[in-house]
Amino acid sequence: MTTMTLPDTRRLLGAEPMGTLPHLSPDTLLALADDAGLTGRGGAGFPTAIKVRAVTQGRRAPVVVGNAMEGEPLSFKDAVLLTRVPHLVVDGLAIVARALGAHEAVLAIGPEIDPAAATEAARSRGVQVAQLEGGFVAGQESALVNQLDGRPAIPGDPLVRVTTRGVDGRPTLVLNAETLAQLGLIARHGVAWFRGAGLPEDPGTSLFSISGSVAHPGVVEAPRGSILGDVLASAEPVHPVAVLVGGFHGAWVPATALDTRLTAHDLKPYGAAVGAGVLHVLGHDTCPIRMAAGIAGYLADESAAQCGPCINGLPRMADALERLADRVPDPGLPAEIDRMRLLVTGRGACAHPDGTARMVASTMRVFADHVSRHLAGHCEIEGGRR
Amino acid sequence: MNEALWALGRGTGVVALVMFTITLVLGIATHSGRSLGGLGRFGVADVHRTAALTGVGLIAVHVGSLLFDPFAQLRLVDVLFPFLGAYRPFWLGLGTLALDLLAVVTVVSLLRHRVGPTVFRAVHWLTYVLWPVAWLHSLGTGTDAGSVWMTGVAATCFAAVTAAVGWRLLPSYGERGRTRTPRKGL
Amino acid sequence: MTRLHIDWTRCDGHGACAELVPELLASDEWGFPLSRTGERDPEVPVSLEEHADHAVRSCPLMALRLV
Repeated sequence: MTTMTLPDTRRLLGAEPMGTLPHLSPDTLLALADDAGLTGRGGAGFPTAIKVRAVTQGRRAPVVVGNAMEGEPLSFKDAVLLTRVPHLVVDGLAIVARALGAHEAVLAIGPEIDPAAATEAARSRGVQVAQLEGGFVAGQESALVNQLDGRPAIPGDPLVRVTTRGVDGRPTLVLNAETLAQLGLIARHGVAWFRGAGLPEDPGTSLFSISGSVAHPGVVEAPRGSILGDVLASAEPVHPVAVLVGGFHGAWVPATALDTRLTAHDLKPYGAAVGAGVLHVLGHDTCPIRMAAGIAGYLADESAAQCGPCINGLPRMADALERLADRVPDPGLPAEIDRMRLLVTGRGACAHPDGTARMVASTMRVFADHVSRHLAGHCEIEGGRR
Repeated sequence: MNEALWALGRGTGVVALVMFTITLVLGIATHSGRSLGGLGRFGVADVHRTAALTGVGLIAVHVGSLLFDPFAQLRLVDVLFPFLGAYRPFWLGLGTLALDLLAVVTVVSLLRHRVGPTVFRAVHWLTYVLWPVAWLHSLGTGTDAGSVWMTGVAATCFAAVTAAVGWRLLPSYGERGRTRTPRKGL
Repeated sequence: MTRLHIDWTRCDGHGACAELVPELLASDEWGFPLSRTGERDPEVPVSLEEHADHAVRSCPLMALRLV
């Protein structure tokens, strides 16, 4: 597994272990997270300070959970963190847990990650390591809480936030492994150090998982707000056509726009967000419709199967996309895909259907010319007329 | 007066049986997610609930009037603990058992939003025990047992419940929700 | 402001809700509630509060709540 960093950003991947952990008060921790402007690195990009504040509001001692489930197949940054620099994640978790007077601190690791290094690092820090069952939605906050409580790893009703009532009924703070690593480093080096990289409105560095049509797939650490092309450079893209930014729930940025900055603002026109830093390069030898159909089919299979619109809508959307990939001459396919997309959005206990719809919508928009050709029976990548 | 109480006791008992029969049949209809007649799905659920609560009210009068009727020889202990009664102890005991079950089902149903769907559903299954026990009780207790009209009422109720349960077991019943066809089962 | 919250983990597409507050909810082709207001949990105007309450009580799976 290659790891690369842009110049002057070996913060996470080059960090040395810490000796004694600083003991922070809850207010100090809050101030650090707030002043640093740290946002979650697990996909949602939620301001960390707001989450931390929420768990201090309850009466019972909270539970702090490090989320290293990494259910997204295209993401492997948390795996790298936990195998290369596990002490960073464990220390971050321990610092937060201690500051909040947590009842327990658990590092939840997905089945694809080797827990050995993390378990060793956790031994001296009072952090429990739990290797859990996986699945695409198993890393969702409430699904993770459910699994830790011994229930099936499927999301719960979002009405009651886990920060109010989570593991064991306690206020629960779930933070991505990388977020915890960043928070631990901020506690060690200070806010000014953290803000020394990145942008004022999106500071620090973050990890990007680069895969697909590249010579050197791997994890890159880069300052927030970097240019997409710069982040991809060391991976050496091969005949790039577009980049799937954000993983299976992400959106496409065409290769003509590699000068786009990886910021919420600059990615918005593409319907994309930085998310958990997944960058998957589509080469010229892969049909984008076929790729999207495969992803949609996988996501339909990975549904928790508890909410009607998701259970019914995702397979139909995936099937329609598959028929489009197969160049079935049905002019009603785009409309059917769009109809399903609207039926699954905003209806369900979690954002799984919404993310799937986002990826599908982006595919139909960015590759509209491919769609037209498929409907006419052509695919320059998979062959000629049917 | 005693005759009046006895008549009240018998009358409310019979009507309660009919009410609970309607309740059970409509409960099965509610679960199917279909609408019956012009009732609408909400109407089916509403009538199911109304019939049930009416039945509970009737049973309260049924037990109350029999408690005050010396002919019935019903003691307070017989209201709660089955098979200890003086008059036809076995058949009476079934009534007590039914009353106990009814109390649990009613209380949990009224508190369903508090106890949550899992507990509610588990306790609601008891209605499939409650109805046969109540029906048997109605066959054997009281001075109308064996009379033509009482047998007729009991037979009609039995037929209705059998038909409803039979429908419930058919593949075409089309129960909502669980017939959603997920790609992978859970 | 009162909202009609749908607990999707409980909802089975029974459909009584859409009958009782058709101004707020329609039923999709699979029987599941479709908010007419564009919000996930439709806002309940005062004039519909009684009907929304009826819907909450009518759902056999207790998938609705007024919040």
